[in-house]
Amino acid sequence: MKTLLLLIAGFFLVLFILSRLGEGGKKAALYLVLIAVAFIMLFPFYEMFVMSTLKTNEIYSFPPRLWFGSNLMKNFENMNKSVNLLRAFQNSCTVTISYVVLALLFCSMGGYAFSIYDFPGKKALFRILLATMMVPATAGMIPWYIMMSKIGWISDRTPAGFLALIIPGCANAFGVFWMRQYCQNNVPKSLMEAARIDGCSEWTIFFRIIAPILLPAYASLGIMNFVNQWNEFTQALLVLKRQKFYTLPLLLKTMVGDRGTDYGALMLASTCAVLPLLIFFLCASKYFMSGLTAGAIKE
Amino acid sequence: MDKTAGSVRTPKKKSLGRILYENRVAYAYIAPFYILFLVFNLFPMVFGFALSFFRWDGLSDMHFIGVQNYGNLLNDPLFWKALQNTLFIGIIAHIPILLGGLVLAYILNTRLVRGENIFKTIYFMPMVTSAVAVTVIFSSMFGYNYGVINYFLSLFGEPPINWLGGDGSLIKVAVIVMFSWKWIGWNMVIYLAGMQGISNDIYEAASIDGATHVDVVFKILIPLLKPIILFTLIQSTIGMFNLFTEPFVLTGNSWTGGTNNGALTLMIYLLNKAPQGGNLYGYASAVAYVITLMIILISTCLNKVTEEKDPGAGKGGRIR
Repeated sequence: MKTLLLLIAGFFLVLFILSRLGEGGKKAALYLVLIAVAFIMLFPFYEMFVMSTLKTNEIYSFPPRLWFGSNLMKNFENMNKSVNLLRAFQNSCTVTISYVVLALLFCSMGGYAFSIYDFPGKKALFRILLATMMVPATAGMIPWYIMMSKIGWISDRTPAGFLALIIPGCANAFGVFWMRQYCQNNVPKSLMEAARIDGCSEWTIFFRIIAPILLPAYASLGIMNFVNQWNEFTQALLVLKRQKFYTLPLLLKTMVGDRGTDYGALMLASTCAVLPLLIFFLCASKYFMSGLTAGAIKE
Repeated sequence: MDKTAGSVRTPKKKSLGRILYENRVAYAYIAPFYILFLVFNLFPMVFGFALSFFRWDGLSDMHFIGVQNYGNLLNDPLFWKALQNTLFIGIIAHIPILLGGLVLAYILNTRLVRGENIFKTIYFMPMVTSAVAVTVIFSSMFGYNYGVINYFLSLFGEPPINWLGGDGSLIKVAVIVMFSWKWIGWNMVIYLAGMQGISNDIYEAASIDGATHVDVVFKILIPLLKPIILFTLIQSTIGMFNLFTEPFVLTGNSWTGGTNNGALTLMIYLLNKAPQGGNLYGYASAVAYVITLMIILISTCLNKVTEEKDPGAGKGGRIR
């Protein structure tokens, strides 16, 4: 342990000395910290890519291999022999996309109504909404499971488990709350009056005029819901009972528990599960960051 | 409907149907959400509370047993073990998350360094990565014989450490590393947004008054960022109590938290009572409500702590 502590102390000493060397040294010290952390953040991803190209005996070797091997195709074959990744990918897409579309539709409709219309019971309904936002979802977890099994949404013959993942989550109190805030700040009432005078029906107003205004909100909330649902594990573990209907995270899990885990194939499967969203994120990181930190905004 | 409009009813006492009809557009908008919300969110929450006072296996009749579930819970050493593990992991992990997040955000906010977006993007990557995949990668990195971390230690002449095996106590270290690795970037991005929302005049005034960096951080930034720090703390507290995937996959899908329950968290404990492993639905509901109460309690305490001092400070630290 001593040498390790010395190393860490040395790192801070270097930072300290650099910061005393004027503007340039300071800059170098700051970059050093940023790059060190970036390295820690990136290294596990790098490891995953490297290991997905290695043979099993190369993975089980000391010192560990830190550069790419040539076993990618073989790992791919082995992976396809043990699991059906494509089907899991399709399942993940089905669940996630239907969830996001429905959640966005329902939440924006609800949020819009709460911000624009006055109707009896509005205050009470909104208070209930706010109150439940304070209660963590854990509270309803067990009854949720019981309900799902009683309506027959937990089944090993049909993909009804998808419904258990999609439908209950659509009614996302935070989503409505957030959409209401956005509508209040961005939808001018005069716009709708003008549209009404022009003879637009209420539905036309919503889908033709309001929805385009809400696009940024849709993007943020959509990304937040997408990432959460794509990576959802706990609920999926409880309701999806057959490998045929597994989503990607569940499929990865089944590859771990098996006797004599084939690490090369497992890492390749992980790569396939992680990469689509990661690429998507790298292309639109700005939207992802604002979406996933959405609740932090206080007006 | 049209007939009732012309009836002798006083306008104040409209029938329910009439009210619904007049506001049909608004109700139509909120109906899909509210029906689902009431059925799948509100009802389970209330039902869960009621259920925690019953003994029920999910099939036969329910037996009302009062607070017996809660009593049994408090007498179960395994529950205390799970609580202890969860709090230990959560509290230790918050040190790098909070400090690291603040330091990194502060560095990126100094304008001395370039590439803010590149660093932000890199730090944020774990947040979009599946927890199962992350755990798979880290479990190989923490491996006893062939793991990268033990290899790194061996470069300094350290003997290999059995992180995931042994007596099960070190597995928490791996969970803490993964938990911090995941959340640090998220916190950093939020803090940075908060810092950028603070006017530059404040920094300039401070530097004219001869304030050091430490002064700026502790006397200006942290007080101004309080509401934001509070928000991140509450979120990661919820994340802490829901900690399930990482320890579960890391222990090879163990429902008891691996050797000596070393990685048993409250969420694993809860789901192991029902529906996985057991079918003690009443008991599991009691566990869920205890977790809920703890989250609410901690959030309220955090709120109180941050409200206490200088009430005027909270207004500056908001994003945008």
